[in-house]
Amino acid sequence: MSNDRPGKVRMMQGNQACAEGAIAAGCRFFAGYPITPSSEIAENLSVMLPRLGGKFIQMEDEMAAMGAIIGAALTGQKSMTATSGPGFSLKQENIGYAGMAEVPCVIVNVMRGGPSTGMPTLPAQMDVQQARWGAHGDRGVIALTAKSAQETYEQTIRAFNLAEKFMTPVILLIDEITGHTTEKVIIPDASDIEIVHRKKPDEDPENYLPYRLTDECVPILAPFGTGYRYNVTGLCHNETGFPTNDSHDIQCLIERLTRKIEMYEDDIIRNNELMLEDAEIGVFAYGSVARTAQAVVRMCREEGIKVGLLEPKVLWPFPAKAVFAMAQKVRAIVVPELNLGQMAREVSLASECRVPVHKLGRVDGRPIPPQQLVEKIREVV
Amino acid sequence: MDRYDVRLSGSGGQGLILAGKILAEAAAIYDGRNAVQTQSYGPEARGGASKAEVVIKDGEIDYPKAMDLDLLLSLTQESCTKYSGDLKEDGIMIVDSEIVKYPPEGSFKLYAAPITSIAANKIGKIVVTNIVALGILSKIAGVVTEESMRKAILARVPKGTEEINMKAFDEGWKTGEELLAE
Amino acid sequence: MFDYLQYVRQENFPHIWCSGCGDGIVLKALIRSMDKLGLSQDETVMVSGIGCSSRTPGYVDINTLHTTHGRALAFATGVKIANPDLNVIVVTGDGDATAIGGNHFIHAARRNIDLTVLLYNNYIYGMTGGQCSPTTPRGAYASTAQHGNLEPPFNISGLAIAAGASFVARGDVYNVKKLETLIGKALQKKGFSLVEVVSPCPTAFGRRNRMARPVKMMEQLRDTVVSVEKWEKMTDEERKGKFRTGILKDIEKPEFTAEYAKLIEKMRPEE
Repeated sequence: MSNDRPGKVRMMQGNQACAEGAIAAGCRFFAGYPITPSSEIAENLSVMLPRLGGKFIQMEDEMAAMGAIIGAALTGQKSMTATSGPGFSLKQENIGYAGMAEVPCVIVNVMRGGPSTGMPTLPAQMDVQQARWGAHGDRGVIALTAKSAQETYEQTIRAFNLAEKFMTPVILLIDEITGHTTEKVIIPDASDIEIVHRKKPDEDPENYLPYRLTDECVPILAPFGTGYRYNVTGLCHNETGFPTNDSHDIQCLIERLTRKIEMYEDDIIRNNELMLEDAEIGVFAYGSVARTAQAVVRMCREEGIKVGLLEPKVLWPFPAKAVFAMAQKVRAIVVPELNLGQMAREVSLASECRVPVHKLGRVDGRPIPPQQLVEKIREVV
Repeated sequence: MDRYDVRLSGSGGQGLILAGKILAEAAAIYDGRNAVQTQSYGPEARGGASKAEVVIKDGEIDYPKAMDLDLLLSLTQESCTKYSGDLKEDGIMIVDSEIVKYPPEGSFKLYAAPITSIAANKIGKIVVTNIVALGILSKIAGVVTEESMRKAILARVPKGTEEINMKAFDEGWKTGEELLAE
Repeated sequence: MFDYLQYVRQENFPHIWCSGCGDGIVLKALIRSMDKLGLSQDETVMVSGIGCSSRTPGYVDINTLHTTHGRALAFATGVKIANPDLNVIVVTGDGDATAIGGNHFIHAARRNIDLTVLLYNNYIYGMTGGQCSPTTPRGAYASTAQHGNLEPPFNISGLAIAAGASFVARGDVYNVKKLETLIGKALQKKGFSLVEVVSPCPTAFGRRNRMARPVKMMEQLRDTVVSVEKWEKMTDEERKGKFRTGILKDIEKPEFTAEYAKLIEKMRPEE
């Protein structure tokens, strides 16, 4: 199943592309728990990892899987877990821990319908706000998305790169459609893939501070076992990594956890724009729904309605600047999504009331077909 | 070529998702076009109405699910009733003649053959029903080359079952020829 | 006199434990065991959850990981599998390991992964203020069992044995030399090894159960502990109100990371 041939075209489903991307990014540790519709990621990696000397383990529950990847990451491994809605809820506790302790790791959520057990086999995009605010406490969050198997491959690699660069858990949100759609993926030559590794300390152990305050705002955590003995905790801590109750230290820490993502927003955020230059109606769509939107832009243009698409590849940090720019150009924005307006809310905020923002929320476990979005746009026009 | 939308429907466990993957790979890998395969199934591993869809196109495929169907295969009455609404007026419907007793009325072309029985009696293994169906539909649809279908099947079926699957495909292809001649 | 300073983080003292708490005794016994076995401080990782016992890592100068409530074994499993060369010690408590972390506890034991678990059993949630735990005796008082605890307690060692641990021992903070020996054996064991350490909590448990004086709790330990050897010869009547300490199980069975190493070897493509 693994593949080392350069530029090879293969047919695979999004979930397999995710596994392939993880391997390409250097992931050598996966811990998971079975859950539809993400299980193929675990299944593929259970085959691939041991062949590469990597480790795969099916843990006893979702919390354990999240804990295990954090433990593995602290030994210097690139580690990942994959889940879906209910499991994502369970993982939040330790996702928050990884955010607080600044441990790089990747969490893939193949979104299905909720709330609760909801629709195990059917697609949704109902976890996009949970990805931002699911764990308690304030901190910056990076969450990526993908609309095809190819993008899932690429975004999985990027998720690892961002995690290593910013020392933070990175979430990849795809949905059941993307996870289970089999299509062509071009696997590039390994030498053409950009791979980022976390920084190593350049001072000796005596002078090492794991959470040293620097202008970069990103700590350098030495892998366990390399002679740098320090403490990692989910409690508020100071530069040493030990718990603190000092108000100044705590204020610094919590502000930095948000700032270290905010200050790099322009590096992190990526958008795809389609025919936005002269658009009168702007569509904001992400994940599998962006494919519907692409079709709709063309269909509407044929009808003479000038529609353009803003498709974020990164949901968090939210691409507020791009939305604001679009809001200054178009007459109205339409946000189709497989929830009842979770990102439409962000779009409204970011557009600062310049134009009306229309929601198109579908929550019956069915994708939004092009015709439904075309009708919505006609109605808006 | 514009989109060619195919839906393979039946009940869970009939191997239709595998059939969809084979059809998509035949088109995309071996015929060098684009193809996207998606699926929809219930929470259960067996039974229920299940479908696999394949969209074949020369250019980029945006919306991945089948929309206006060029071809519908139905191996159960339930799936035929549930999933036939999107079939184009000049589309193709292929059904298992012994199981789908009441195909919907319409101007589409209907081809009926005892697909499951062919697998069970002529090949001797009911599990190859999906491959028999692929033989029939690829002959009738003519959208994927025969050679590519054979390659795609051989690449996907378990080792040691190549011969019986080829036999199933041959039998399906032959049935397709007969249906076209009628 | 044994020099502890090499192993402790002096800057973090004084510790947070109350006077009369047994946790410091366990810490010292652990340090002496580590020293005796010559465990490298750089290559040893201590993982803990939440609670009084779980504050232990803060005082030991090794790689330390203070995690979320109940999840220490999950984190430790990740550390150990990712780098099997590291010695991984888990420090946890009765509430942390058998209530909120109960699932991780039985599965780590079942998996027989090479972790050494020191479980401080003080029959109570000390840090949060004396709520009853899965090992609070029936009838004992706790801040959430002010009319007396209605629930029967877990036998933690029995639970670990039933779940498949390859080494299970019970010690106590009164019989310190014995405790040190048990910890040493657990550290040497390749496989999931548990030392359940009975450690009194005068503040949260004793004060509610007519044992407010630490000395009284220690005396009670002295009077109720029986060695496994002696236990075998006692009648059921004599065993009443007592508990046994010593090695309760010590067997050889396949260890997870060793089995995984074999799998990787098997998968290695032929040159």
